Amino acid sequence: MEVFKPANAAQLKDALAWSAAEGQTLAVRGLGTKTGLGRPMAAARVLDTSALKGGIDYQPEELVLTCAAATPLRDILLLLEQRAQMLAFEPPDLAPLYGHEPGTGTLAGALAANLGGPRRVKMGAARDHFLGFSAVSGRGEAFKAGGKVVKNVTGYDLPKLMAGSMGTLAVFDTVTVKVMPAPAKSRTVLAFGLEPAAAVAVLADALNSPWEVSGAAYLPAATAARSGVDLARGAGGSVTAIRVEGTAVSVAARCEALRKALPASAGQEELHTMRSRKLWEEIRDVRALLPDGSALWRVSLAATQSSALVAALPECAYFFDWGGGLVWLAMDEAAVPARAGVLRAAMGEGHATLIRAAEATRARVPVFEPMLPGVAALTRGVKAQFDPRGILNPGRMYEGV
Amino acid sequence: MLAMPPPDRAILDRRAAIVDALRAIVPGDGVIDSEIGRRPYECDGLNIYRALPMVVVLPSTVEQVAAVLAYCHAEGIKVVPRGAGTGLSGGALPLEDGVLLGMAKFNKVLEIDYANRCARVQPGVTNLGITNAVAHAGFYYAPDPSSQIACTIGGNVAENSGGVHCLKYGLTTNNVLGVELVTMDGRIVRLGGKHMDSGGYDLLGIVVGSEGLLGVVTEVTVRILRKPQTARGALVGFPTVEDGGNCVAQIIAEGIIPGGIEMMDKPAIHAAEAFAKAGYPLDAESLLIVELDGPQAEVDELIAAVGRIAKENNATSLRISESEEERVRFWAGRKSAFPAVGRISPDYVCMDGTVPRKKLAEVLTRMNELSAKHGLRVANVFHAGDGNLHPLILFDANKEGELAAAEALGADILRLCVDVGGVLTGEHGVGVEKRDLMPAMFDATDLAHQQRLKCAFDPQGLLNPGKVFPQLHRCAEMGKMHVQRGSVPFPELPRF
Ligand SMILES: Cc1cc2nc3c(=O)[nH]c(=O)nc-3n(C[C@H](O)[C@H](O)[C@H](O)COP(=O)(O)OP(=O)(O)OC[C@H]3O[C@@H](n4cnc5c(N)ncnc54)[C@H](O)[C@@H]3O)c2cc1C
Repeated sequence: MEVFKPANAAQLKDALAWSAAEGQTLAVRGLGTKTGLGRPMAAARVLDTSALKGGIDYQPEELVLTCAAATPLRDILLLLEQRAQMLAFEPPDLAPLYGHEPGTGTLAGALAANLGGPRRVKMGAARDHFLGFSAVSGRGEAFKAGGKVVKNVTGYDLPKLMAGSMGTLAVFDTVTVKVMPAPAKSRTVLAFGLEPAAAVAVLADALNSPWEVSGAAYLPAATAARSGVDLARGAGGSVTAIRVEGTAVSVAARCEALRKALPASAGQEELHTMRSRKLWEEIRDVRALLPDGSALWRVSLAATQSSALVAALPECAYFFDWGGGLVWLAMDEAAVPARAGVLRAAMGEGHATLIRAAEATRARVPVFEPMLPGVAALTRGVKAQFDPRGILNPGRMYEGV
Repeated sequence: MLAMPPPDRAILDRRAAIVDALRAIVPGDGVIDSEIGRRPYECDGLNIYRALPMVVVLPSTVEQVAAVLAYCHAEGIKVVPRGAGTGLSGGALPLEDGVLLGMAKFNKVLEIDYANRCARVQPGVTNLGITNAVAHAGFYYAPDPSSQIACTIGGNVAENSGGVHCLKYGLTTNNVLGVELVTMDGRIVRLGGKHMDSGGYDLLGIVVGSEGLLGVVTEVTVRILRKPQTARGALVGFPTVEDGGNCVAQIIAEGIIPGGIEMMDKPAIHAAEAFAKAGYPLDAESLLIVELDGPQAEVDELIAAVGRIAKENNATSLRISESEEERVRFWAGRKSAFPAVGRISPDYVCMDGTVPRKKLAEVLTRMNELSAKHGLRVANVFHAGDGNLHPLILFDANKEGELAAAEALGADILRLCVDVGGVLTGEHGVGVEKRDLMPAMFDATDLAHQQRLKCAFDPQGLLNPGKVFPQLHRCAEMGKMHVQRGSVPFPELPRF
């Protein structure tokens, strides 16, 4: 298949203007780590944006960073680390889930998929840190939106629209994100042996405490046993994990308070900085904790609904993040068509994404949550405005979108 | 002076029939057509612009909202939504040939769900009303515009409002999980809910901050947070604005994100002190209020660090609150800055640009030049943590030419903000006030892409027209693709 590889913004615009005029479809790709995410598409060409990298304008004291869209995330994280800052939304590294080397994704890819990690509960998702961009829309027109300052309400918040749109509306040329100071210390309180519903209640209490919890997860026994962190792996039962971050004095005081509030029946432990980081990396990146080779769901739902969801799918390996508001669930590939409906009914209000599955499965089962008619009409309307000829990632999210 | 779309005579001629039709949808006192009844709605917080709406409608159910919009959609009648009317950019400015849709009767807290850390409320509930509903359990709603006693959550959603705590806790958009929305054609849709990530296009994310142009919000699900264990403040005076700015930069560079950092310049300090007697240092050129909130152990540690940083940046006075009472006193002047300025000047307008923080001193110097050029005084309060400036331009509307001069100075100040890499508005919205300045920040293609979003929601442009966009384009016109097959040469770009 022919691949367009623009080397700069002008060429990006050329490629899109030509494709739009000719009605030629494009599969948009950064470094290609997430091509396995979404519905299978039949595009005429590949638009490879990987040459649009570098040009990093990092202003640590302003808490903003602008860079070319395909700048590797790894480069950015390294740069931030040197100034003790971070992307607070904790972008997961899902590359290995799709068989790629770790750390090979781009910042624009993380934004386009709106992926946020465990810190979502406290600091928000990728969308919440996405300040501005320049891009070329499916009309073949270059445009920009948002700004390069942390607070801005000038015009519609198009960065939000682009976050999670999976390259179906426009192709980024540059992106601007908000960065935050990285906490000096990370500590995690562990409680052992809780059932899912009881664990969600414990996590809710922790999140509802004044201790500024920045991670709240539950690993059932089988999941905990896969962890590379000894205290989780050797727990011999489920592990409920509560993270706090900040200065040394602060994390020590908060851990103590959190431990006092745990149910007396549960065994307790505490992970300090290195092991705490390791555990949350596993939770963030998912791969180590769930069986390889199976189909994988990412379900965002009301936290109190998560234990009912997993009870309805007793055959599945899983774990909870976001205090139960996010369920990662592994399912036998062959069972997906039959069990997808059960999953979506048991979740209640929410959004289930079939984040990894064989192409044939993704062709049969809605990868993104099916929309109600009103939202579907607006979604198609937005697509038609930004990409009237449907040239960008056709059908990647929904049929006709 | 600002031009609004000319009123449509054909609509005005049918006014009596329209009022009757609306009464059939919203019975009782929900339709106001007398002049005296409509007067209170003629402006919002930007009271230099006024217009008497054709009719005011105050629905109390989502079905009524849907029926009113469907009727207006079918009849080609414009609609302007309104919350409490505290907006500072004229977003709720009525149209003489339009329906003013007041959401004040939507004033109920529908559900509080601590287990999922959220509350479901109607849009007419005030910002502070949400906090009051959950305060007994130790919770609050984080975004806190200074107008929080009066402004509604519906208005906050429309404007994506902020407050003094946004750097740490985010703007409205970061604290809203879902809305129920009625689009101009009368369709009711729900976006988001109690879950955190909604997937699909983030329509919720664009409705927040859409200034009432995409739909009427009839329900909002907000995140609620546990109140911090404690809060302490530092009140610091500096010999120059630059020192104050450097202090803020160093606090953030050292990894401290305060709950709030507010800055005032000399004229604002003097006005506030005269009004509130908060004990502000009158010799200071700039004053910082730094508030740290969170767990006691952390706050005590970090407030000491803030004190050290202040001294390193030439602070001429420094007080650190030792009691809740003292902390509240630090805020007394800042919180009454607007009425305080109102006392030293017959009229004022409040601007709202954001600049990169490192440009603060430069911006203030150039602002002083502009102020001299236009012959009007300016007092400045800022949300210093995020570089959001609120220059208050003092004028007297009864003096010939001063209103025009104030408008011109305001426009110059906002252009200056854009010039140094900032933006036109940090939290008050574009509305009518900054509408004609949009081209300073966005070119025609940028604006067209924004307007296309509007076309997906309201293709006839009936909802709140004349706001945000300097020019009204017909959606059919904008939908055209200007490139024709074959007219674009095959691109000269690397291919494999
Ligand atoms: C003294 C003072 C201090 C202020 N301080 C701050 C501050 O610190 N931070 C800040 O951000 N703002 C501040 N503001 C501005 C203002 O309070 C906010 O913009 C607020 O969100 C407006 O809310 P409202 O209910 O008054 O909305 P209105 O003024 O009635 O309307 C504002 C906009 O929202 C639309 N709208 C209202 N309700 C709905 C609905 N249900 N559905 C769809 N659209 C709707 C209107 O059409 C309009 O465009 C201040 C204002 C004053 C007067």
